[in-house]
Order: sequence, then C-alpha cells, then structure tokens
Amino acid sequence: MKKKLMKGNQALAEGAIRAGCRFYAGYPITPQTEIVEYMSDRMLEVDGNYVQAESEIGAISMVYGAASCGYRAMTSSSGPGFVLKQEGISYIASAELPAVIINVQRIGSGLGDISPAQDNYILSVKGGGHGDYRPIVYAPSSVQENLDYTLLAFEKAEQYRTPVVLLSDGAIGQMMESVRIPDMQQHDPNKFEWALKGKQSGKNKIVTSNMYYHEQDKYGRYTQDAYAAYGRYLADKVKNIQENEQLYEEKYLDDADVVLVSYGISSRICKAAIETARKEGIKLGLIRPISLFPFPNKAFDKLSDSLKGIICVEMNSWGQMVDDIKLAVNGRIPVHMYASSAYIPDEDTIIKMAKEILNSDAKEVL
Amino acid sequence: MGKTRITPKVLHDEHKFCAGCGHGTVFRMVAEVLEEKGLDSKAIGIVAVGCSGIMVDSFGIDWIQAQHGRAAAVATGVKRVRDDNFVLTYQGDGDALCIGIAETLNAAIRNENITTIVLNNGVFGMTGGQMSSTTLIGQKTKTSTKGRSAELHGQPLDIFNLLKNFNVAYLARGTITNFKEINKTKNYIRKAVEAQLNNKGYSMVEIVAPCPTNWKLDPVKCMKKIEDEFIPYYKLGEFTNGEVI
Ligand SMILES: Cc1ncc(C[n+]2csc(CCOP(=O)(O)OP(=O)(O)O)c2C)c(N)n1
Ligand code: SF4
Repeated sequence: MKKKLMKGNQALAEGAIRAGCRFYAGYPITPQTEIVEYMSDRMLEVDGNYVQAESEIGAISMVYGAASCGYRAMTSSSGPGFVLKQEGISYIASAELPAVIINVQRIGSGLGDISPAQDNYILSVKGGGHGDYRPIVYAPSSVQENLDYTLLAFEKAEQYRTPVVLLSDGAIGQMMESVRIPDMQQHDPNKFEWALKGKQSGKNKIVTSNMYYHEQDKYGRYTQDAYAAYGRYLADKVKNIQENEQLYEEKYLDDADVVLVSYGISSRICKAAIETARKEGIKLGLIRPISLFPFPNKAFDKLSDSLKGIICVEMNSWGQMVDDIKLAVNGRIPVHMYASSAYIPDEDTIIKMAKEILNSDAKEVL
Repeated sequence: MGKTRITPKVLHDEHKFCAGCGHGTVFRMVAEVLEEKGLDSKAIGIVAVGCSGIMVDSFGIDWIQAQHGRAAAVATGVKRVRDDNFVLTYQGDGDALCIGIAETLNAAIRNENITTIVLNNGVFGMTGGQMSSTTLIGQKTKTSTKGRSAELHGQPLDIFNLLKNFNVAYLARGTITNFKEINKTKNYIRKAVEAQLNNKGYSMVEIVAPCPTNWKLDPVKCMKKIEDEFIPYYKLGEFTNGEVI
C-alpha cells in the first residue's frame, strides 16, 4: 500500500480506478472538476474509457449504458449538475444496475456559487429522480475516506444492484491530505448473469424497469397482483438495506450529556469541539452518520432518555438532516440545530449552544 | 410455386404495432439485415420510449430501454466498453430529433461508432399524435389542430441539414412506400451497418414511414401522403459529406 499526498477529488477518482472502474463520463463543474480532469488521463493509463459528455444528462446516460454491460461505471458532478443526473439515476435504479454517482456539494440553489456547503442532503438522500427508489448514500469526511468510500460504493452497488451516491463537498474535494492507496482490484464485467454482451448462445436479455419482471397475464398486461408483488419487492429491498447497511462513527456516547450529530466536513469541527469542551468539563459526544441512507438509527437507539439534548451541526441555512434525527429519536430527546450557512461551523458556537442546553436556556428546533 | 418469404428467426413473436404501421416494415428490415450479417447474437440495441419501445417484446436481441431521447448517449456508453458488439439505436423522430437532439448531435459530432435508425412519422405516435420536430407545415396534429405554422412552431427539422456537415461515416434517408423504395432503404441500412463493422464511425438511416392510427388514414392513403407531402420536403438518398464507405 502506497502513501501519497492527494487532493480529495483526486483521491476519490483514484479510488474508483483502484476499484476496477473502467468507464467514467463527466462534465466540468466546480468544485468537482479535478475528478473529470484526473479521469481523462488516468483512464488512458489503465486502458479504460473516459468520455467528456455533452451534458450531465449525457454522462449519466453513458453510465447507464456501460453499467448495463456489467462494467464498473461512474460519473460525478455538483449541485446544478447532479440534479440533471436524477433522470438517469432513476432509470438505473429501476433497471437495478450498479453505478456510482458523486456529488461534491457546492453552495446554493439555482446557480449558487462554488464554495463548499452541505445543502444537497435532501436532493441526494431523499431521491430527486422520479419513482420509488432509494440510493445508498455515503458521506466521507476526509481525503482518505473519499477514496475508501468510493471503493465501498462500488461493492455495495453490485451487492444490491443499485446506484450509490457519494455525497462529498467542496472542502474535502479541494483539501490535500496524505492517503493510503490500496492495490488495484480486478473487475470482470462478464461475471454477472444480467450483464449485456449480445445474446451469443442463449436467450436475449432486456435491461428495463424492474417492474416488468413481475408477473403479467397472458395478454402481457400487468395485473393487480403484479403491481402488488413489485411494491413488496421494492419495500423488501429498501428494508434490507436499512437493516444491514447503517454506518456511523460514535464518540463518547456512554457518558455524554449533549450529543452532536454531524456528517462530512462539519463532523471534523465537532470532533475538535468535543475535546475542547471536555477540557472545560462539558461532556459532549458525537454521532457521525457515514451512511445517510440508510440513516444510522441504530446509533440513536443507544442514547439514553436522560440525555440533555442533541445538536445537529450542518453547513447550510436551515438544517436538512434535522428531520431524520428527529425521527430517529422519536421525541425522546430535544433536538437543536446549528446551521452554519456558508461558513464552516465553529467550535465556540457549538460549545456555547451546549452550555445553553445544559442550563436549560436553549430552544428546540421546530 | 412462388417464393416463400422467411421471417428472420430473430423476430420470435408477433409484433404489437398497429396494423399498417411503418415500424412493422422497418423493424423487419433491420432484423433481416442483422441476420444476414450474422449480427443478431452480437447486437446490443437501445430503444427509448415511443412505439419503438414495444419492439423489445418480439425482436430477440439484447436491449436497453433508455430514457426518452438519451439512446445515443446510452449507446455511447455501451459501445465504448463493448466495442466487439454491434450497437444500434432504434428511435422515433420525437425521441431522436426533439427531446434527444443534443444526445443525437453530440454522438454524431464525436463520430461514435454506432448506428441509429430513426423512423420519421411526423408525430408522437405513442402519446396519441402530437406535433413533432418533423411535423410538416400545414400538418394537423393533436397539438397543432389548425396545422403546423412556421411562425408559431418553427420549420420542420431536416436533421441531415445539420449532420451532413459533420465528419460522420454514413447518412441516408429512405421510405417504404413501395417495393423499390423498401429495397433501397434496406440497402441503406446495410451500408450503415457496414460502416460500423468497418469502424468508420457514426451512421444514421432516417426512414419516412406512416402512423396510420394518428394520421387517421388507411395504410394505402398513408403511402400517398408520404409521396405527395413528405418526400418533397424530406429528400431521399445518401447525404454524407464525410468519407462514405
Ligand atoms: C421524459 C419523457 N417525456 C415524455 C414522455 C412521453 N412520451 C412517450 S412516447 C413520446 C413520443 C414518442 O414519439 P416518437 O419518438 O416520434 O415515437 P413514435 O411513438 O411516433 O414511434 C412521449 C412524448 C416520456 N415517456 N418521457
Ligand atoms: S401509434 Fe402510430 S407509430 Fe405507434 S404503433 Fe400505432 S401506427 Fe405505429
């Protein structure tokens, strides 16, 4: 295993190459453009395929094609481009294909701006494309994790035959850190029975909405039973992921009086704040969701009813993850919000809020 | 004894298009050419929505059902990873030339080594006969009930006016109004297929064909309408400026 100083976006792209990804289609948008640039060179070196697509819609459609053939395929973008990919993500989900889609968050709705933010949680985690699907979503918090969770994303995409979203952000994408680079994995696109390769000997295959795999009557019409079976199938798939794929990091949950909940770049500030606060005798703990879907409810189940409060710390203007936290604690514990807007959250505000909660001066978020 | 026409084996079931629909004839021609070239076990096809989407039930090659308009981009992804396979898109005019014009043009600009078959029936067939980019001036549709007007809706799109400027391998437009035209069109399809097999790059065959259901005409009158109204605007023949095989 080699160690190298890398930018977050490059580490992520190298992670994909190491995972055996041999198809990448992209379109430039800050702050993820280094992924596009890196892939344009690196794919040549590993005899893979790079296409600079005409648009984000073109790129995700190309990924749909390559994924249909069993290849490990990826595309990446940021807010305004990620939203264009939702059409294709919905089709990939419906056809039950593995694919990895990166969203390196930038600030703002509309055009917004290029500085980092955490305001694509709802877009990425709750869907955005049409229909009844839920992609697995991972939130890395370091350059190393950008690489590691890209590898995991490909694995889980294949295990569940689903698109997996890596929700990074401009800060992690642009920062440089030392990373351990794992060995190259080999991926055989022909190992899947569902992969298209031309029918050769045997029956032809059709990649289409999985709805059509459910029973039809003798006239080829979908019966009420078939729709019901389809619904049950989708529900089971989501439940299975919810049950088995929750990932999180926890800190000091055993003795904490106030617990911070934060993902990605913000969670790093929270970690520092906890240590500072503990020196002052304020017992803070942390839940850092790594999988945003499935949301790590299991971490919240452990929390005692006597906990004084939870603070959700996010880099957006009103707190997009807070609803999920409230559902996870189901009214047992008061939930507070520190939405730091365009700024990286700061330790002082976190500690001040914790003190207010402990002194019963704080108002819960509505 | 007369000659017996043998249905290509790749067509394993009755098609589900309306009686007299152009898709029936065109997809049969495509099937015959694929079989003739021994490509039915190597072909990966991309259809999107529209009536062409129905063909996957009876046309036994590997298929991907793409998003509306995105077939050329999906085909790009397929061909780049499976360059030993034969990759075609089969699309309606609404699909390839309205919503999907960006994907279609950009695949041609990149000279992707894929083959596109476009059935131009001047309407959106599947959704019930609305106006398309190729609807003729004066043609009445569900969304141009007084007839298409250039002022309101723009000129009908002759895609070859754009594509012929690019360095693509092969472009041709045919029709299916009689045996002679059918044979010519089949030859165009053959040449488009060969362009890909010889790694020459992008090929498109557009076929002007009827939608009796939405034109509200019987199949014979449809053929006359094509000859009298469509062909004067949509000129038939081969159009490539780039290198022709
Ligand atoms: C994104 C999207 N928009 C609209 C539709 C509805 N739709 C289905 S088929 C079709 C038109 C297809 O027309 P064309 O490609 O000309 O094919 P035809 O049915 O005439 O063969 C439309 C608009 C859709 N399925 N998806
Ligand atoms: S609606 Fe028109 S294009 Fe569609 S199958 Fe019927 S005749 Fe053919």
